[in-house]
Amino acid sequence: MPRKLPPKDVVIIGLGWTGSILGYELAKAGLDVVAIERGPWRDTATDFPPAYIQDELRYAVRLDLFLRPDQETLTFRNNVGEPALPIRSFVSFLPGNGVGGAGVHWNGQTWRFLPTDFRVRSQLEERYGKDALPADMTIQDWPVSYDELEPYYDRFEKLCGTSGKAGNIRGKKHAGGNPFEGWRSAEYPTPPLKQAYGPALFAEAARKTGHSPFPQPASNLSEAYVNPLGLKLGQCTYCGFCERFGCGNYSKASPQTCVLPALLRFPNFTAQTESEVTRINLDSTGKRATGVSYVDVSGEEWEQPASIVLVCAYALFNVRMLLLSGIGMPYDAQTGQGVVGRNYAYQTTSSVGVILKDKVLNPFIATGAHGMIIDDYNGDNFDHHGLGFVGGGYMGMGQPNSRPIQTRPVPAGTPKWGAQWKKATAETFNRAMSLSTHGSCYSYRDCFLDLDPTYKDRLGRPLMRMTFDFHDNELKMSAYLTDRLADIARALDPVEIATSPRKGPYTLNAYQTTHNTGGTVMGADPATSVLNRYCQSWDVHNVFVPGGASVFPQNHGYNPTDTVGALAYWTADAIKDRYLKNPGPLA
Amino acid sequence: MARSISPALRISRRSLLASTAAIFLTSATSVRSLTISQGMPWGPDAARPPVPVRPGPWMFFTADEASMIEAAVDRLIPPDDRGPGGKEAGCAVFIDRQLAGPYGRGDGLYMKPPFMPGAATQGYQLPDAPAARYRAGLKALAGYVNSAFPGKSFRELSPQDQDKVLAGLDAGTVALDGTNAAEFFALLLQNTQEGFFADPVYGGNRNMAGWRLIGFPGARYDYRDWVERHNEPYPLPPVGIMGRSDWTIRE
Repeated sequence: MPRKLPPKDVVIIGLGWTGSILGYELAKAGLDVVAIERGPWRDTATDFPPAYIQDELRYAVRLDLFLRPDQETLTFRNNVGEPALPIRSFVSFLPGNGVGGAGVHWNGQTWRFLPTDFRVRSQLEERYGKDALPADMTIQDWPVSYDELEPYYDRFEKLCGTSGKAGNIRGKKHAGGNPFEGWRSAEYPTPPLKQAYGPALFAEAARKTGHSPFPQPASNLSEAYVNPLGLKLGQCTYCGFCERFGCGNYSKASPQTCVLPALLRFPNFTAQTESEVTRINLDSTGKRATGVSYVDVSGEEWEQPASIVLVCAYALFNVRMLLLSGIGMPYDAQTGQGVVGRNYAYQTTSSVGVILKDKVLNPFIATGAHGMIIDDYNGDNFDHHGLGFVGGGYMGMGQPNSRPIQTRPVPAGTPKWGAQWKKATAETFNRAMSLSTHGSCYSYRDCFLDLDPTYKDRLGRPLMRMTFDFHDNELKMSAYLTDRLADIARALDPVEIATSPRKGPYTLNAYQTTHNTGGTVMGADPATSVLNRYCQSWDVHNVFVPGGASVFPQNHGYNPTDTVGALAYWTADAIKDRYLKNPGPLA
Repeated sequence: MARSISPALRISRRSLLASTAAIFLTSATSVRSLTISQGMPWGPDAARPPVPVRPGPWMFFTADEASMIEAAVDRLIPPDDRGPGGKEAGCAVFIDRQLAGPYGRGDGLYMKPPFMPGAATQGYQLPDAPAARYRAGLKALAGYVNSAFPGKSFRELSPQDQDKVLAGLDAGTVALDGTNAAEFFALLLQNTQEGFFADPVYGGNRNMAGWRLIGFPGARYDYRDWVERHNEPYPLPPVGIMGRSDWTIRE
C-alpha cells in the first residue's frame, strides 16, 4: 500500500515554467504547496556552469539534460492504418527533464500569438467563407481573447526580462517593431539584442524587398535586469549555446533564473524531486480529485492528498496524465467523440540555405533568440484568397547557433565525406546562413493522442500513442512561405540558395521543433475541449492544466512559451481570485 | 466517461521494485529523491564536469578493429594541406571511448520489445546498441574485404580501394553479412564527424584540428565585443573546455 502523506492545499505535477509560476503565486497567497518533479533538481551554478556547459557533444548530441526514452517515451504512427512503434531515441522533438523543464533548454524566442489567432475559426470563416476550411480541419476559437490575455503576456515578459522592440503600444505604431503584432501595454522590459552580421544582412534584404523586419523578441537578455521577484539576470554574451543547454550566465530566462530562488524562500513551498506522479486520484464520485500518487527512486509509493491538483508537466505528458487518471473522455478518432488527446498539433518549419560570396559571417556569434524577422506572412496578416491554404508563420534570420557537429553547411552536390567534403566544409562555414520559416500547424480529426495498446513504460503503464501527419494545407503554406523567403534571400546576392519547404510525411528522423501542442484543449464547449477558459477540467473541478501547450486548440505561427507563461498567470489569478473563494466549476 | 482506472494501469509493488532497481544499476551517479524546502539545496561537489579521455590502450576495439577504424576515419576525413585527417585528429580514439561508455551501451534508449520493422518515418527500431552495431559491422566488413581482396585487411588496401569499399557501404552496394551496410556506414560517418568536431576533452578534435579547419572558436564564452564587428574575421584561436595546450605550464 502507498504511504499516505499529510495533506497539502496544492500539489503540482512537474516543476517547469508553469509549475514554478503557479507555485510562486499560490505559495505567496499563503497556500501550502508541494511540487513533485520526476527529474533531478537543477540550478545554474551546479548544473550549467560556464566552465563546461559549452559542450556540444554532451548536451546537444547526447542530450544530457533531456528526458531519456527509457524513463518515458511515446509510440508513433503517421496514420491509423499503421502499427505504432516506440520512439526509441528522441530526434524530431526533445522533451525536457528535471526541474526547469523545457524552460532550461529553450532558445528564448518569446512570441505572442496574434489577436486574430485567438478567434481563428471565426476570422477565417468571416473572411474566406465557411467552405474555405477543409472538412476535417478541427480548429476552433480560443475561449480567451488577446485583450484578456495581454496583461498576462506582459507579466510573463516582465518575469523573463524579454528584450525587444514594440511595434504597437496601446494601438500606436512604433517604427522598428513588429507592425503586425497585437497591442502591448508597454515597451519590452529590455531593449533589443545586438545583431550579428547574418541577421543584419537579412534585414537589409527584407527592407529592400518591401518587408518590415524587426528584432526577434528574446529572453536572452540584452542587458542586466532585475525582475519583479527581485531576481537578477545578466547580459547575454552571444556564446551560441542556448537551445539544448542551460545558460551558465544567468542571461536566459528560465525557472532557475526567474522564479525558483524566490519560490524556495517560501516556507510553505516544498519541491519533491526524482519522484514520478503515477496518477491523479479521484474520489468515489469521480468528480473530485483527492491528490496524487507518486513513486520515488527507492521504489516507495506515496500518496499525496491535496485540495487542488495542477498538471504542469510537458504538454504531451499532461495529456497522458489525464488519460492514465481517467479524467475526461478519451478522444476516439473513429467517431470524433471524446476530448482528451484531441487536436494534437505541431509546428510547420522550413528553411532556405544561403551561401554568400566573400562574406565573413562569424555564425558562431549567436544567441538563441536574436535575429531579424518579418511577420508579413503570419496568421491572417496577408490575404489568403486564391492561395489554397490558411495559416502562416514568421520568417527570417535567427542565427541561434553554429555549432559544428550539427551545423556544417556545404554547397549542393558536395559528397558526404572525403577530400571534397573537407574542402567544401572549410570554405563554406563562415559564409553560409540558414534562413527559416516558423509556420502554424492546424488541428485535424485524424491527428491525436491516445494510450498505446502494446508498449509500456518502466512502471508498466501504457505509453501514449501519437498519430500525426502533415496535411496538404500546412504543406502548401510551407511551400508558399519558403518561396517568399527565397525571394528575399535572392536580394542577398548569394552564390547559392537551397530551399527546403516542409514535405510530408512527418518523420521522426530529423529534429524539427519541440512545439507539441493540444490534447488537453481549453475551450468554450465541453464537447470539444477538456478544460474551460480558466484551464480547469470540465469534469473534475479541482484539477487544472494551467497553460502548458497541451491547452492550445491548434498551433499558430509562433513559439509557444510566451503564451504558456501568460496562461499560467491567467490561471493563477483565476484560482486565487475566484476558485479559492468558491471552489467549483468556474465556467 | 472512463472514470475508473483499469487494473492494467495499477502498478504492482513488484514491477515498481524491478524498475527502480534498474535505475540504480544504470545510473552513473547515485540518484535519490530529494525533498527541498526553505532555500536552494546547494552542497559541495554536486557538479558533474566531463571526465577527460586519457591516452592509452583501446578500451573497446580489438587491435584488428582499431586498425580498420583508423584507416576508415582517415579516408572519411583525409589528411591534406588544410590539416590533419581523422586518424591524427583522434577520431578513432574518440569512437573507442564513446563505445566503451554509456553511448556504446545505449543507455537511456527505449529497449522494450516487441521489436518490429517500421516505416522509414518511425525511427531506428533494432534492438542493438551502438557498441554491438560496431562489433557486428566491423566483423562483417573484415569478412567482405577478405573475400573481395583475398589475403588483405582493410588497412592494407590502397586508399583508392578503401574509398571504393566505403563508397559501396555508403550506397548500400556492398553487402555486409548480417548488417545493413548503409546504416552502419551512416553510424560510422556520424561518429567520425562527432569526433572531429567535438570538444577535445573526448579524445578527438586533437589540437582542435576540426575547429581550426572551419574557423570555429570553440568554447569561447563572450563575443560581446565582436557581435557588431560585421564582416571582420574573429581574431582569437579556438579554445576547449580544458583550455589550450599552450596555456599549460610545462615543467
